[in-house]
Amino acid sequence: MPNYRIHKTEYIDETKRVSFKYDGKTYFGYEGDTLASALLANGIHLVGRSFKYHRPRGIVSCGAEEPNAICQIGSKKDLTEPNVRATELELYEGLEASSQNCWPNVKFDIGGINNFISPLIPAGFYYKTFMWPKSFWKKVYEPLIRLSAGLGKSPTEPDPDIYDHKYVHYDVLVIGGGVSGIIAAKMAAKNNFKTLLVDDKKILGGSTIYQNNESIKIDDKLSSEWLKNEIQEIKKLSNLTFKTRTSIAAYHGYNFLLAKENLTDHLPEEKKKNKIRQRLWKIRAKKVVIATGSIERPLVFNNNDRPGILLSNSINKYLDYYGVTCGENIILFTNNDSAYETSISLHKKGIKNIIVDLRKSASSELIKQAESLGIKIYFNHVVTNTFGYRKINSLEIMKLSEDGNTTIGDKIKLSCDCLGMSGGWTPMVHMHTQSGGKLDFRDEDQVFLPKENSEDQISVGSCNGDFDLENIIDKTVNKINKFLDIDNQDYQDTNIICSKENDKRNMWLLPNKIPLGKTKCFIDFQNDSTAKDIKLALKEGFRSIEHVKRYTTTGMATDQGKLSNMHALGIIADTAGVKMGKLGTTTFRPPFTPLTFGTLVGRNVGKFFEVIRKTSMHEWHVKNNAEFENVGQWKRPWYYPKNGENMHDAVQRESKAARDSAGILDASTLGKIDIQGTDASEFLNRVYTNAWSKLAIGKCRYGLMLNEDGMVYDDGVTTRISENHYLMTTTTGGAANVLSKLEDYLQTEWPELDVYLTSVTDHYSTASICGPNSKKILNKLFPNLDLSDENFPHMSFKEDKLENINCRIMRISFTGELSYEINIESKYGNSLWKMCIEAGKEFNLTPYGTETMHLLRAEKGFIIVGQDTDGTMTPSDLQMDWIVSKKKYDFIGKRSLYRSDTVREDRKQLVGLLTDDPKEVLEEGAQIVSDVKSNPIDMLGHVTSSYFSPNLNKSIALAVVRSGKTMKGQKLIIPMENKNINVTVSDTIFLDKENKRLNA
Amino acid sequence: MFLINCPFCGERDQSEFSSGGEAHIVRPKQPTELSDDEWAEYLFMRKNIKGIQFERWNHVHGCRKWFNVVRDTSNDKILSVYKMGEKPPVNYK
Repeated sequence: MPNYRIHKTEYIDETKRVSFKYDGKTYFGYEGDTLASALLANGIHLVGRSFKYHRPRGIVSCGAEEPNAICQIGSKKDLTEPNVRATELELYEGLEASSQNCWPNVKFDIGGINNFISPLIPAGFYYKTFMWPKSFWKKVYEPLIRLSAGLGKSPTEPDPDIYDHKYVHYDVLVIGGGVSGIIAAKMAAKNNFKTLLVDDKKILGGSTIYQNNESIKIDDKLSSEWLKNEIQEIKKLSNLTFKTRTSIAAYHGYNFLLAKENLTDHLPEEKKKNKIRQRLWKIRAKKVVIATGSIERPLVFNNNDRPGILLSNSINKYLDYYGVTCGENIILFTNNDSAYETSISLHKKGIKNIIVDLRKSASSELIKQAESLGIKIYFNHVVTNTFGYRKINSLEIMKLSEDGNTTIGDKIKLSCDCLGMSGGWTPMVHMHTQSGGKLDFRDEDQVFLPKENSEDQISVGSCNGDFDLENIIDKTVNKINKFLDIDNQDYQDTNIICSKENDKRNMWLLPNKIPLGKTKCFIDFQNDSTAKDIKLALKEGFRSIEHVKRYTTTGMATDQGKLSNMHALGIIADTAGVKMGKLGTTTFRPPFTPLTFGTLVGRNVGKFFEVIRKTSMHEWHVKNNAEFENVGQWKRPWYYPKNGENMHDAVQRESKAARDSAGILDASTLGKIDIQGTDASEFLNRVYTNAWSKLAIGKCRYGLMLNEDGMVYDDGVTTRISENHYLMTTTTGGAANVLSKLEDYLQTEWPELDVYLTSVTDHYSTASICGPNSKKILNKLFPNLDLSDENFPHMSFKEDKLENINCRIMRISFTGELSYEINIESKYGNSLWKMCIEAGKEFNLTPYGTETMHLLRAEKGFIIVGQDTDGTMTPSDLQMDWIVSKKKYDFIGKRSLYRSDTVREDRKQLVGLLTDDPKEVLEEGAQIVSDVKSNPIDMLGHVTSSYFSPNLNKSIALAVVRSGKTMKGQKLIIPMENKNINVTVSDTIFLDKENKRLNA
Repeated sequence: MFLINCPFCGERDQSEFSSGGEAHIVRPKQPTELSDDEWAEYLFMRKNIKGIQFERWNHVHGCRKWFNVVRDTSNDKILSVYKMGEKPPVNYK
């Protein structure tokens, strides 16, 4: 097996060999490697197939910008992760990775045929081709596209890993631990700012940490040595925290940032167990220093995508950091000085290399150094083509014309096994723009730079367009002093020698004699879009960069165009003849690199997914076999199946028992608002549709609450406990919103009212006992209470004690039966319930759930807000005009009740429906029509509530029907999939219209 | 995520608050005397400005108090907060 690891470095521990599997084959690397460096050390460049043409692709970079080396990690159903960048994945014992987007395998991929039919798949191919015939989409196109597309597989079973969230607050957050980040963090921490420094790599130091060029020095030391000292120093600072393997995912407003910390991804399987895998940090920082650096640009020329073609600086990092050479015969193709650093490094390690430079000439110290080492340089030359299928083996270069617009002279063919490209540097302005910052364009070297406009955020170092060490350090120190309003002198006398110059010859699309249509000049490697595609989009009339991006899919892959966006913009600007600064950029959206769902969700999985509210009686319900229904956050008993009953049978039994003898319901979840103050009566007058001033102390009244638009919002019974004290009940789901709404009016519209609102929903538990025998049960519980109709009539309230504990008892009814609600402090709720059950035994007191409650109230035609109403129903629509006071001057929603729209006669109105076949139960939500033959069918309304009533022995339903009020007795049709059901419009009250049962 | 300086509790995370839309829309004292159009103006019409906007916020998971906020909707900067009933700051017109 070839070994491309050619020298030792301090970052690779050669005493710790690590075995890993790639595409099923076992390889070895060392602790400190990434998957990419280990593969390169084994001579593997080919790591995937491109998305559209299935061209062989190799590792391009050494960081987050990687477009090609995207792998699937692991193969278990619950533990596999797609789209992981091999360049960021630290190697560990037992790692299993495989390449994506190739079948049957990466070396022989059937989709490769797309490469030869590429003239047939231009930009917008999907939009153009799959349009017709329309019927083909569902059965032919979509399955085909799904089969051949897709990057990786998602797990099919729940993620067993543990994730975590943490909130932190800092004075200063520094993003990026390169030279400028380290300086900024040190200055902040030494001046008493509580500082957090984060870096996505395993160690601090950025790209300077492995810098070993003798001509780049700080204080007479190698820049890497100087930086190591600085890092040692900041580690001693007590108010500085640093987090490595931590990348900022999103920069939101008000300096709220999300960071992902990798905790176990680099550990062998057995060490990962029971540990938190990733942690999401939610950071609030008073000030943020962005020091995210820059990434090298590729160059756009024909066949620039072959395996073995990398970014020049990445070749340098693989060599100096990982000890791995990417080839033995390397050509570096550049338009600026930085490739010369790589060249000199390679030369020192004995790797033969030559340089092709777009510039006519250049004369920095660095270039002189390369020349003196005898490195061959072709100035004013351009690479016009490359060769080699699975890996580059040679290339052609040609001389540039005087104006640089075309090539001249003869082709020179050069052999190589690796090509490094350097198109200069792109500042990583993602964080700046995510925070809302704007960009300026610098024409000299064609870069977008952060426009300073905030007191809370600043960019320093190469993400601010300062590319040479002298500028980086000087400017960082000055800017940080100003930004933090400090006067730090630590770097006053720092002596920097940097032999690099910033001179660069920028060309977005390199000239070539071959017509563009016959070339493959890739811009976006991951989504396979080429210079030709961009030009085609422009030719077809696309102008906005956002449109061109979507049409060609440039920059829309998992790498979000980190390497491609600038070239796409450049070619658009050149072609359209606009200035790049005028063109603007596409939007940089979070996350910076993909996040796992696990990290976002944290601990909120399984039983922690949502808050669950339980009543005091919950354990009794569980013990007694209740099925539960979610109502808002509450768990409410739905029905209590006995002896294997299904839901229907249980509900029929419960409903019958409640009317024949007695039933008991846990009504604790109803919203309860305590209302006190001298203006409490007036307040109720204004929020309910009916009148409240004359409600006597100790009496209860049902109220309907509207929105200001006149639509029913909530309902419930309110009890006058004393002169200035009421207890309001609301629907279970509406409690919080009702309180908010009442507070809103009280605080903003009627601040003069002396009223105080307190939510007491959780303070009281409520057992509601109904049925003809309920009075007897109450009598057993409260033997001293006079339950006669004279003393304790319907809609009234009494206080009594149950074993010395105060109870509030309301005689109110939602079932139409004689009914009492007993309220007790929540901590006694379970005891109250058990005592009720005990007292009711001889009367077959039957616990019933929400389903039976719904059925019983439907028999009586009582509405449920949210089921029979949907925010478009007025009281009149519900046939509840009786509850709207005509005398009151005003209440919430009153004026809206006589808007032209709300007084229309043909609004949808609540009616009852009886099926012709009394056994037929309608489906809730079913549509209602009068004529099935008309085309289109005229839809009149829909069914809102439907049950089989055991007490009436027939099917009953409530529905909203256009002009329903006038339709009583009329025949209508419910068209279902297989049949039409005939119904008759009826009254909404099906049982006991005279309310005799209330006083039974 | 804004940081909102509740006039009663101090600076808190946005997740503790809920927004109540445009501020200084007074509920008519005599709704019955308004035409449909006038009532609709109060009920439905809101400005939704790009720029400086006066809006209502409720510290719903805190003191439950409603208050007013001056916010620049173009950059989400909160320029001022003041209690219900207080006059809006004049320098942001």
